[in-house]
Amino acid sequence: MTETSYRTGPDEKGLFGRFGGQYVAETLMPLILDLAEEYERAKVDPAFLEELAYFQRDYVGRPSPLYFAERLTEHCGGAKIYLKREELNHTGAHKINNCIGQILLARRMGKQRIIAETGAGMHGVATATVAARFGLQCVIYMGTTDIDRQQANVFRMKLLGAEVIPVTAGTGTLKDAMNEALRDWVTNVETTFYLIGTVAGPHPYPAMVRDFQAVIGKETREQLIEKEGRLPDSLVACIGGGSNAMGLFHPFLDEPGVKIVGVEAAGHGIETGKHAASLNGGVPGVLHGNRTFLLQDADGQIIDAHSISAGLDYPGIGPEHAWLHDIGRVEYSSITDHEALQAFHTCCRLEGIIPALESSHALAEVFKRAPRLPKDHLMVVNLSGRGDKDMQTVMHHMQEKLEKHA
Amino acid sequence: MSRLQTRFAELKQADRAALVTFVTAGDPDYETSLAILKGLPEAGADVIELGMPFTDPMADGPAIQLANIRALGAGQNLVKTLRMVRAFREGDRTTPLVLMGYFNPIHYYGVERFIAEAREAGVDGLIVVDLPPEHNEDLCDPAQAAGLDFIRLTTPTTDDKRLPRVLAGSSGFVYYVSVAGVTGAHAASLEHVEQAVARLRRHTDLPLCIGFGIRSPEHAGSVARLAEGVVVGSALVDRIAKAGSKEQAVGDVLGLCRELAEGVRRARR
Repeated sequence: MTETSYRTGPDEKGLFGRFGGQYVAETLMPLILDLAEEYERAKVDPAFLEELAYFQRDYVGRPSPLYFAERLTEHCGGAKIYLKREELNHTGAHKINNCIGQILLARRMGKQRIIAETGAGMHGVATATVAARFGLQCVIYMGTTDIDRQQANVFRMKLLGAEVIPVTAGTGTLKDAMNEALRDWVTNVETTFYLIGTVAGPHPYPAMVRDFQAVIGKETREQLIEKEGRLPDSLVACIGGGSNAMGLFHPFLDEPGVKIVGVEAAGHGIETGKHAASLNGGVPGVLHGNRTFLLQDADGQIIDAHSISAGLDYPGIGPEHAWLHDIGRVEYSSITDHEALQAFHTCCRLEGIIPALESSHALAEVFKRAPRLPKDHLMVVNLSGRGDKDMQTVMHHMQEKLEKHA
Repeated sequence: MSRLQTRFAELKQADRAALVTFVTAGDPDYETSLAILKGLPEAGADVIELGMPFTDPMADGPAIQLANIRALGAGQNLVKTLRMVRAFREGDRTTPLVLMGYFNPIHYYGVERFIAEAREAGVDGLIVVDLPPEHNEDLCDPAQAAGLDFIRLTTPTTDDKRLPRVLAGSSGFVYYVSVAGVTGAHAASLEHVEQAVARLRRHTDLPLCIGFGIRSPEHAGSVARLAEGVVVGSALVDRIAKAGSKEQAVGDVLGLCRELAEGVRRARR
C-alpha cells in the first residue's frame, strides 16, 4: 500500500479533486442520495457480491482471456502486447459488466422499469439483455444519427424486448440521448432505475460503474502474474465516457511502475474542432450531473463531439479521468478516425480479431508506442468490444476511399 | 428591502398572488425578446423569470428546449442576456427580475464576474436548476453574499427530511415544482398543490410560487388561491413558437400574459 493512494476517491460529496459531484435537478436528488446509500450497503453485502460473481461467471462468461497477441507483437517489433478480451463477453463488449451490477441493484431497490442512453448501441444492447433476463421493462434512448449508423444494434435491442426511443434533439448522438433519459427519469422517478453506461453522471454513478468494471483490471493483474510472473509495464485503453479504461486502470493506479495511457477520439484531428477529445481539447464545466472536462464554445455552450466511433462520440469524460489527468497519474493521448481505421484493419488481418472502432483507437495508440519499446516491456490493451456492429461504418469508409481513388 | 420582498409585500397588501412569467432571453431573437420583456409588467407580470439559454436543458420539456434552440440560433449568450436586463431596467425600476438556467454557461463565464455584472445590470435573483444545496459553495453562497437572492426549487420528491436543507439558504421566494417531470408537461391536481403548500408552510415563511404545467387563466386562478405566486412558462413560450411574425410573437405573448393576469387577479385569496 503506497502512502498516497489514488484509489480512495470519491469523497463523501462524490468529488474526485475538483471533479464529479451531484449537479442535478432537485427532483432527482433524493433518489440519487438513496441510490448512493443502497449501493454502499450492497457493495459490502456478501449475498449481493455472490450473486454478482455468479452472473459474471455463468452469464457474462468471465473471466475474459488475456491473450498474447503474437502477430501484433511481431508487427510492432517492440513491446510484448497482450489483449484483454472484453469483446468475448456476452453481448460483445465490456458494457455488460456494469449492467449486471446495476440491474441487481435495481432489483434490490424494487424498481420495475429500466432506462438507459446509448451511443454505439452496445450499452443499450447490454441493458436490454439484462432487463430481459430479469423480466424488467426497458426503454433505451438513442440519437437518430446513431440509430442510422448502428441499425443492427437497434434491431438487437428490439429483439430483446426493449423499446428504442429515437432522439432528434441536437445532433442526435449520445449527449442528446442522455438528456432525454434524464428527462424520462425526472418524470418517472419513483418507478424507474436509470442504468448509466459509463463512469459519468452524478455521484454515485462514476464510482459505482468503475467498481463494476474494475473486474477487468483485477483479472488482468492475476492473469499477467500467472503468465509472466509480474505486473504490466503499461496499460492502454480508449475513452469516451471512460468506463472500460477506468475498469482496467483502477486496480493499477497505486502501482508506480505501471504507465497508464487513456486514448481519446481525435475525430478529424483536434485542430479541426471536429473531435471528441474532452481532455485534450476541452475545458472544465458542468454537464449531466458532474463537473468534468467538456467540449464548449466561447459562451459555455456544449459543442457536439465528432468521432467515427459512436461509442466515443461524447463531449465529456468521466470525472475520475478528469482528476487523473489533472494530477498527471494517467497520460491521455488522442487518435484520429483515420488512424483508428488503419489499426482496425491491421488487427483483423494479423490476429483474426475484428475489434470495435472504439477499441481500434487504443490499438492505434499501441501501434505508435510498442515499436519504440524494448521486447521485455509488457503492454496490455483493453479490447473493449467487437467490431460486428461497425461493419456498415467501415464498409462506407472503404467505399468512399475506393471512389476517391477511382 | 429587495425588489422581491417589496413586490411580495405589496401583493400581500392587495390580497392577491403574483403572476410570475417565464420567457427565454433572445427567443426568437434579441430585439423581439426585449420587446416582450419590456411589455410584460404592463401586461400584468408581477415577477419576471428570464431564461438563460443552454444547449442541454435537461429539466425542460419540448417547448422550452425549442426556445433555447431558437435563442442560441439567433446568437444569444450571457453577455447579451445581461445587456437585455440593463435595457429593461432603464424603463422599469420596480419589477423583480430573476435569471433562470443551468450552471455551465455561468461556470464558463466566471462566477464572480457573473454575480458582479448581474447585480450591476439589475438582476434580483437566480434560479439554477442543476445546483442543489449540496453545491451551495459554487454559486448560491457567493451570490447571496453579493445581495442576489437564490431561489430554491422544491419538488414532490423533496421529503420532510430533506426540505430544511433545501430551504436553508433559499431567499426571495420558494419555487414549488408541482409535478415530478420536465417543464410544460401535465399539471398537478389542486389537491396535491394544496397539500404541498401546507407542508412547505411548516418549514418556511418565504412566499411560495407554484409552477409546472399551468397554462390557462382559469388554471392560474385556481392555483393563485393556494399560494403567493403562479409561474407560467411553456404556455407563453409556445406563443412565440406559433407566431407567424415577430410582431405577432410580441402581441400573442403579452396577450396571454394579460389573460393570465386577469385570472390571477380575479382569484382573491
